[in-house]
Amino acid sequence: MSLLEIKDLKVRVDNHDILKGINLTVNPGEVHSIMGPNGSGKSTLAQVLARREAYAVTGGEVLFNGKDLLAMKPEEAACEGIFLAFQYPVEIPGIGNAYFLRSALNAVRKYHGQDEMDAMDFLPLFREKLKLLDMDEKLMNRSVNEGFSGGEKKRNEILQMAVLQPRLAILDETDSGLDIDALKIVSKGVNAMRSPDRAMIVVTHYQRLLNEIVPDFVHVLANGRIVKSGGPELALELEEKGYAEIEDTRQPMPA
Amino acid sequence: MSTNVDTIRDLAEREYKWGFISNIEEDRVPKGLNEETIRLISAKKQEPEFMLEWRLKAYRHWMSLEASQAEPKWANVKYPPINYQDIAYYSAPKQKPKLESMEQVDPELLRTYEKLGIPLQEQKLFAGVAVDAVFDSVSVATTFKGKLAEMGIIFCSFSEAVRNHPELVQKYLGSVVPYTDNFFATLNSAVFTDGSFVYVPKGVRCPLELSTYFRINAAETGQFERTLIVADEGASVSYLEGCTAPIRDENQLHAAVVELVALDNAQIKYSTVQNWYPGDKQGKGGIYNFVTKRGSCRGVNSKISWTQVETGSAITWKYPSCILQGDNSVGEFYSVALTNNYQQADTGTKMIHLGKNTRSTIVSKGISAGHGQNTYRGQVKILKGATGARNYTQCDSLLIGDKCGAHTFPYIDVRNASARMEHEASTSKIGEDQMFYLRQRGLTAEDAVSMIVNGFCKRVFRELPMEFAVEAQKLLSVSLEGSVG
Repeated sequence: MSLLEIKDLKVRVDNHDILKGINLTVNPGEVHSIMGPNGSGKSTLAQVLARREAYAVTGGEVLFNGKDLLAMKPEEAACEGIFLAFQYPVEIPGIGNAYFLRSALNAVRKYHGQDEMDAMDFLPLFREKLKLLDMDEKLMNRSVNEGFSGGEKKRNEILQMAVLQPRLAILDETDSGLDIDALKIVSKGVNAMRSPDRAMIVVTHYQRLLNEIVPDFVHVLANGRIVKSGGPELALELEEKGYAEIEDTRQPMPA
Repeated sequence: MSTNVDTIRDLAEREYKWGFISNIEEDRVPKGLNEETIRLISAKKQEPEFMLEWRLKAYRHWMSLEASQAEPKWANVKYPPINYQDIAYYSAPKQKPKLESMEQVDPELLRTYEKLGIPLQEQKLFAGVAVDAVFDSVSVATTFKGKLAEMGIIFCSFSEAVRNHPELVQKYLGSVVPYTDNFFATLNSAVFTDGSFVYVPKGVRCPLELSTYFRINAAETGQFERTLIVADEGASVSYLEGCTAPIRDENQLHAAVVELVALDNAQIKYSTVQNWYPGDKQGKGGIYNFVTKRGSCRGVNSKISWTQVETGSAITWKYPSCILQGDNSVGEFYSVALTNNYQQADTGTKMIHLGKNTRSTIVSKGISAGHGQNTYRGQVKILKGATGARNYTQCDSLLIGDKCGAHTFPYIDVRNASARMEHEASTSKIGEDQMFYLRQRGLTAEDAVSMIVNGFCKRVFRELPMEFAVEAQKLLSVSLEGSVG
């Protein structure tokens, strides 16, 4: 069974049709990249899959692991294994990073009928992931994302992902605002999580991230539709020719 | 999946869980306020003459205030007129005349405390808390009196103090909040029935957290307790109070007075977790919490610190204040006030700087949800002689939903040019983006709100003794239930 099946998904935001019939199938182990110009609906798609309620779904169907994803609340989708690495991670003043992450992990564990993890058990896990992302231990007790640099925030997203071990990770422009060194660290963290039973959707504008996280499939989203799909070479083509040319050669996506 | 939905529904529909009524025989005086009532209260308490005289002076003064309609109306709260003749001013659990040990306490009463999670027994010794419990108006039992007595610390009910330590009571009673202070304090002075008394002698650091538990049980009664804490030179003490009440349809009046006196180099830390019944979702019933709390930093280098977590009551009208009289004295006020449903709170502090190099810190966190109205009202006054005085005020409001309100009234009066004042204020709403972020990580909407609010209050919770901080966080979460739809 495929992990994610999007069928003719239509989404409207503020009276504008943003997604106009998306079809996409993601199987376990696959990494899909979604590219496209500004305003094409990439972030909207990412947010809808994470069940942001502000976006109204006007048509279509999404199955996650065979379950109706569109009927789930954000926390249910999260507990079912969907993780969104935010383009703009949010600050939560007064709540320590480690405490927050342990609460999140325990919420997921509880959902699956597992015992909650206490601070003593959590600490080694947290430390190990900090090291993976080359993050300072001081970040452990700082408030969630408060006063973090842009790069630290993005690394913190991947840290959360590494701890929560989702089945589907959606990375929404994780490369934006990263310098080349930070980009390599973040990519290393993401690549370490590639596995046969986990899938990823990498949303990005630029080819440079895809040099580090090499996708199995690349899809071009333009004007609310997937207009072209291919292998990693498609990303290189886009880098060379730009989006304008591709948008003209609209073709249906292979099933 | 459905478990999650059910949990939220359960949480949202959970009612005030301290709302049980205990079936205990009470001894109460007839409703109404007159000289006879006051003589009766005083007689029941076997008070010395000076106490009765003081009560009667207060009563006569209150009558003149009542006649001139001097009940304060400036607060940003609304409530129908109170009929002061329709309140019973004394209600006590019926008891054997005197309690020598815990075994003599009414078992029903002990069960009530167990329901409240306040075991009076030995367990508290390990927790390092000595408890004085005020049930309706009378102090029921004070634990660990013996241990404290060895150190010369007096911790007892106010009535006992009046009988056994009249010289201390006479010296300090009304010295911070005189009976003429304000309408509600005057009423309290006339009719107060019990409360707590603490005296820590010179140079003694009280090794336990002293704690009082207040509960209003009887219907149509007011609770008018009076607390007096004196820390003599070089002494220090930390005192906690907690409050609950059963669910009742009618409003009940709670008009307490707390006076703190810190002499040279003394420190008093006073923490409150107030969870009086707030009324139901439609705003019916609930406690009117009209309280006067004031501390006097009378000696040099003395320090008084107020920490309050106010989640209950239909209306809160309360301004724990510090008079910084001694040079280098320090006043602090840390407050979390939460209003949900139709609750109203008008709360804050007064810092009056008289001595040189006096310092004060105010940190106020107001949270409004539902139709709640939350007002911060604070006064910082730096008088002529207060050379080198400093104040720092931080005043933050958090709004949940679009039907609640947050209001801020800071009054600043500086009469010494060397003074330094800082005032920071902010108003924010729990953002949809914050909620989505937390929920995307697996937290329920309720847990997400609770987490954001607890983060917002962290600066204040840090000031609470450890076990109270945990309780306060839980209380906040419970009080917020149903605030997100």
